[in-house]
Amino acid sequence: MSKPKVATDWMAGCAGCHMSLLDIDERLLQVLELIDLRASPITDLKEADESGVVVGVLEGGINNTANEHQAKLMRSRCKILVALGDCAVFGGVPAMRNFFTIEESLRRAYIETESTVDGFIPTDPELAVPTRVRAVSEVVLVDIHVPGCPPSADVIFHVLSELAQGRIPEIKDENLHWH
Amino acid sequence: MVAQKITIEPVTRIEGHAKITIHMKEDNQSVDHAYLHVNEFRGFEKFCEGRMVFEMPLITPRICGICPVSHHLAAAKAGDAVLGAPPPRPASLLRELMHMGQIIQSHGMHFFELAGPDLLLGFDADPAIRNVVGLVQNAPDITVKAVQLRKYGQEIIRILGGRRIHPTFAVPGGVNKALSAADRDLILTGLDQAIETTQIAISIMKDWAAKNMEDIQKFAVFPTGYFGLITEENGLELYDGNLRLIGSDGEQLERFPASNYLDFIGEHVENWSYLKFPFYKKLGWPDGVYRVGPLGRLNIIDKIDTPLANEEFKAYRQINGGKPIENTLYYHYSRLIETLFAAERVKVLLDDPDILSKDILNTRHNFQGEGVGVIEAPRGTLIHHYWANENGQIQKLNLIVSTGHNNYAMSKAVDMVAKTYVKGPEIHEGLLNRVEAAVRAHDPCLSCSTHAVGQMPMIIDVVDAAGTTIQTLKRE
Ligand code: SF4
Ligand SMILES: [Fe+2]
Repeated sequence: MSKPKVATDWMAGCAGCHMSLLDIDERLLQVLELIDLRASPITDLKEADESGVVVGVLEGGINNTANEHQAKLMRSRCKILVALGDCAVFGGVPAMRNFFTIEESLRRAYIETESTVDGFIPTDPELAVPTRVRAVSEVVLVDIHVPGCPPSADVIFHVLSELAQGRIPEIKDENLHWH
Repeated sequence: MVAQKITIEPVTRIEGHAKITIHMKEDNQSVDHAYLHVNEFRGFEKFCEGRMVFEMPLITPRICGICPVSHHLAAAKAGDAVLGAPPPRPASLLRELMHMGQIIQSHGMHFFELAGPDLLLGFDADPAIRNVVGLVQNAPDITVKAVQLRKYGQEIIRILGGRRIHPTFAVPGGVNKALSAADRDLILTGLDQAIETTQIAISIMKDWAAKNMEDIQKFAVFPTGYFGLITEENGLELYDGNLRLIGSDGEQLERFPASNYLDFIGEHVENWSYLKFPFYKKLGWPDGVYRVGPLGRLNIIDKIDTPLANEEFKAYRQINGGKPIENTLYYHYSRLIETLFAAERVKVLLDDPDILSKDILNTRHNFQGEGVGVIEAPRGTLIHHYWANENGQIQKLNLIVSTGHNNYAMSKAVDMVAKTYVKGPEIHEGLLNRVEAAVRAHDPCLSCSTHAVGQMPMIIDVVDAAGTTIQTLKRE
């Protein structure tokens, strides 16, 4: 049997969930035996294979147009979509921005901050346009939610090794954390 | 004929979201200009308004999961200042110990897991294997050691703060837990191996440098100022102290307490990036640009106060005859020298008679209402500045993150490397990878930079002079 292909991506998060994946330490070598790691921020493949992957993992919520595109692309190319971490599951800390208007936040960052000199709000078409911050499941269907900020290395190892062996992981007891 | 634009998106093996656009000249043979776009905006500088000062060491680490400890400690230091509660000496030692754990894990991971594939497998290696999986297959022994080095740094953080990522440890006025003798001994057990692995990495780096001198010499070499914390006697300092700025010739321009940063540092905005561009106010934008992080820090110092790192530093300093080192690829070398320092510093801190003291929290406040916290994050100087009301609620805050200071340098490096290596009309992947490596060398933390600002994904678009995208390179 060939190894299941796995792709990962990060959106409006802090990279901490991917770091927690690396925190499985030496077990990383074990996991790489079980899965075929394709596009990921830690490899040089830029997006999930057009021919599809079995598992897609998304860290972070959706806070702009680029993230929307990333989430939809991953959904269309994977069989099982995993929302990894509180940001992906609920929106997390970045969703605190929803208590303000986007205009207010941009003004503070690019015009009002004390160190900014002659500021203005960048609008180049190359830049993603900020939106309300949403959980992944508000934009695409999510199959597995893994909460935690970040989820512990142990729960990530559990999720990946279950999926690699063709089982849907159960996340409960000591594996279930909300902080 | 119409000129092209190449887009590289996302830039991989960096932390965060960025893209590069390379604009070709009319003839499509050579590069007109290349841009690094930092693509995301998050808004921490707004949405922390109204939160309590003591929450900031827990909220702001969510800016960045690679260097959460930097934000954790900068927020606590800003909180010390707001409350007027300087921490007792043992608390400062413990915070610095946690910080050394972070330097080891972050620098170690960058050298092996992020930059390593370019250095060990080559810029031109097949992109399908040019990653940590390829490393495992090609150099399993050293990869396991690398994983263990990162683990060592992460474990120091966990032992002190309960968890490896987003620990809970520093609070305004001190820390919330003393170190036990058993835990001190546990940390000491792994130290020799960490030093040994770092030394192996340094020898890999030197071998690589000897074989790739041509790339090193033509890969984004340019003058700037340099900036960072420093000890009283101009030694390497990562946790506390005054800030020093030197010019491209190595002469000191400024030396000032961190709390005065607004007198010296401004931030410039460009329309094509969500990441602002800090500069030295007296020279203005863009003459006042400077670099931070390992390369910048080793350029502003005269010595390192631990023996092994200092020996290595002396050799390093000779590369440019004692003058500041301008080569972007030497970021990798300087990063490893700092890793060695951090490991040796762990020992110095653990041997300090105060390290097991239970005097870890100053509860007598002399409320100031405003405070600045500065630390040398792995990637450079990190500044947190808070204003709070008498209830301790944040009224406003200003953040300047390490990767921001290097924004000019990264953009400049991308432009230079694109001009040096990318020639039309046929463009090879390995050359584009060098353009990405120009960013990667700085080990940007785009999560950090996008605090206010977003993260850093990466595409290369080749656009013609009329603005039509001719070729988009996303590796698949
Ligand atoms: S859940 Fe926590 S660790 Fe994961 S991306 Fe969000 S803030 Fe970072
Ligand atoms: Fe960071």
